[in-house]
Amino acid sequence: MTTTSLTPTRDWWRIPQRYVPVLATLTLLLVMYAVGVSQYRAFSNVQVIFNVFIDNGFLLVVAVGMTFVILTGGIDLSVGSVVAMTAMMSASLLQGGMDPAAVLVIALLVGPTLGFLMGCVIHFFEIQPFIVTLAGMFFARGMCTFISKSSIPITDPFWTSMAQERIGDPRGNFVSISVLIAFVVVVVGAFVLAYTRLGRNVYALGGNQQSALLMGLPVGQTKIAVYAISGLCSAIGGILLSFYTLSGAPLIAVGMELDVIAAVVIGGTVLTGGSGYVFGTVLGVLVLGVIRTLITFDGSLNSWWTKIVIGGLLFAFILLQRLIGIRKK
Amino acid sequence: MSGRQPVLTMTAISKSFPGVRALDGVDFRLFPGEVHALMGENGAGKSTLIKVLTGVYGNDAGVISLAGQQVSFSGPMQAAAAGVSTVYQEVNLCANLSVAENIFIGREPRTLGAIRWGEMRRRARDLLARLDLHIDVTQLLGTYSLAVQQMVAIARAIDIQARVLILDEPTSSLDATEVEQLFRIMRHLRDEGIAIIFVTHFLDQVYGIADRITVLRNGRLVGEYPTAELPQLALVEKMIGKELDVLESLDEHAKRDAREIEAGTPFLQAEELGRKGSVTPFSLTIHAGEVVGLAGLLGSGRTEVARLLFGADRADHGKVAVDGKSAPLRNPIAAIGHDIAFCSENRRTEGLVGELSVRENIILAMQAARGWLRPIPRRRQDELVDKYVKALSIRPADPEIPVRNLSGGNQQKVLLARWLITEPRLLILDEPTRGIDVGAKAEIQKLVVQLSDGGMAVLFISAELEEVLRLSHKIAVMRDRQLVTELVNDHTVDADRVMQTIASGTHHEGPEVA
Repeated sequence: MTTTSLTPTRDWWRIPQRYVPVLATLTLLLVMYAVGVSQYRAFSNVQVIFNVFIDNGFLLVVAVGMTFVILTGGIDLSVGSVVAMTAMMSASLLQGGMDPAAVLVIALLVGPTLGFLMGCVIHFFEIQPFIVTLAGMFFARGMCTFISKSSIPITDPFWTSMAQERIGDPRGNFVSISVLIAFVVVVVGAFVLAYTRLGRNVYALGGNQQSALLMGLPVGQTKIAVYAISGLCSAIGGILLSFYTLSGAPLIAVGMELDVIAAVVIGGTVLTGGSGYVFGTVLGVLVLGVIRTLITFDGSLNSWWTKIVIGGLLFAFILLQRLIGIRKK
Repeated sequence: MSGRQPVLTMTAISKSFPGVRALDGVDFRLFPGEVHALMGENGAGKSTLIKVLTGVYGNDAGVISLAGQQVSFSGPMQAAAAGVSTVYQEVNLCANLSVAENIFIGREPRTLGAIRWGEMRRRARDLLARLDLHIDVTQLLGTYSLAVQQMVAIARAIDIQARVLILDEPTSSLDATEVEQLFRIMRHLRDEGIAIIFVTHFLDQVYGIADRITVLRNGRLVGEYPTAELPQLALVEKMIGKELDVLESLDEHAKRDAREIEAGTPFLQAEELGRKGSVTPFSLTIHAGEVVGLAGLLGSGRTEVARLLFGADRADHGKVAVDGKSAPLRNPIAAIGHDIAFCSENRRTEGLVGELSVRENIILAMQAARGWLRPIPRRRQDELVDKYVKALSIRPADPEIPVRNLSGGNQQKVLLARWLITEPRLLILDEPTRGIDVGAKAEIQKLVVQLSDGGMAVLFISAELEEVLRLSHKIAVMRDRQLVTELVNDHTVDADRVMQTIASGTHHEGPEVA
């Protein structure tokens, strides 16, 4: 036997292909940051980066959940509405005088329950996730208006303390508690994906569902689990958003699911599933945040430019994924 | 081996599907430490037997015992847990995971729920080393060749303490060196005492590795033989059977002299045409008015040859000339442009659109050839369709009913009509008579004769030797994805001779096409 024929051609300087999309995102992020620093003096301030995290903490949490779903080859369109519904519900319950701890528990249960139900429908009735979560999206958004047609302010002391608490260094740079929570979610998400059977089953399912089934993996449970996880992340995201805005509004976070999907894809997770990392998703969210910051710094550009740039990036990254896929063959 | 107890016995297994008796009282024995080839043509019942064994299907009658204990598995998972593992033709692993994960996923070593990656990689390396395979287990499975993937699948299977390993056509997409690697592993496992059931269509491989052979035909057991005592010719005879189809004796028409046709102008010349992993490069000339038969067992590469000539698969070797001029057949459109037509063997999945009417199905290819912007006038459509419905006696003779309501034979005729209407100069027919009744079969055969008499070149592919012999002027014999020889179909050629060629791979005395 010739050993050479068995070993894939791998040159030492070659980056393994599975890391290419994440590294591309990292490069892009560094380039954008460098552009920012070179153009605007204030951009080099550490607080600018911290603000990106503060402004996008809830987005990051929801994106971690979406990463699970997309890794299985699915999609969850309900996340934006679930975020809004959770925020709305919390605001409404707090207004009714309920204990904040009880509100948190209830808020954290509703999202995963809806996700679990959607997962069951997707698995048992073999319906496209796109359609099922679209229905979930309308349902959750409807519930928001059902709770109240107008915005509800939050005055609860626990909530306001969470919103105002600053954790920082002596030089005055700070992050909010939401950012820490988001980091915990990221770390837990990354651990689950890399070091647990559930996480590896998610990858297997996204790689080849038929094979996963024949290898004896719990395909159904995994599928349902990822939608429940996405629901849980959306619920956490909703609470973080209510910390951030100190209110619940029926039309908040409209279209957020699309931002989240964009962040996950720009972060290198392949839309067909099976390949991607939570770390990439973090980078994807940062790219989105830095684009917004750059456009804010510029001042003369309309905020719609954010969308245009994200659109262009999305195209570029999907093409990149496709090219890598083709080269593999 | 007679003194030892079989690890697996299947006794009087029967299994019926609606309308089909797939297995009829089949016995099967498997001893530890042997490679046992399960042979038979398509529909012989090989895969049904294996699916009954692994619990994919329940059996209607019969007993399965594993190591003396009667068993009945609810599915492949339970079978694997009991030590009966299957490795399928297509590698059922995840290309996006690492080699180590593919072996251990679902059974990863863990502490407190966290996977121990180092331990898993080490065990994967050890296991593969047992198979004499030294590769980087951290690499994604997809970066390795199919042969290695196949071996990883075997590694996964034997880690579940396998006593019986079923290899279902594991070699169909491997090349010669890869097959040799696989065989080395199979011998290795055999020597460790694992019993291997080996399903394949490649005769050479059977004689290269199997200790014993069980032959099935039409759902019945033909026999169980030590490989050394069953010559290849006898094996082929047992697989194909020698039942003459008395029902359909086409009038012995005065067949035109094959040599005369050979001397005529060639329509299509393929020179060293081939595709890696599909067909070894072959050369074949088809003359106008000639019927070239492609004979060979299932999986010998007959369909692959047809697909290359039609451009359905792209050749990576050799060239094709039509009318003496070079014609790279890159895709079916190019082939159609050269007046080549192809009736595929899967008329349901690749040919006909069941919901469309007979008329629409017949018009399809012609419309495609004209371009969709120039619709064929309805009156012209009706004329053409009526003509062919009559000529081929398609029944019911109503061109407006959906094709799916027609019988198999009539569907085949609709497919034929579709291509005939485009007036091709070369018609490729892949198993045109499979699964259709005798009457329709005879009509299609008659039609082939008429068409070739009219100057059309026909490439006729069929598993039925009698049919190939009756119609062809020249027979190209395929074996193990290789065109081994061409025989001019004169009085010296009969079924025995073709079978001999299929079995031995070399042609015997007698004339050969230069």
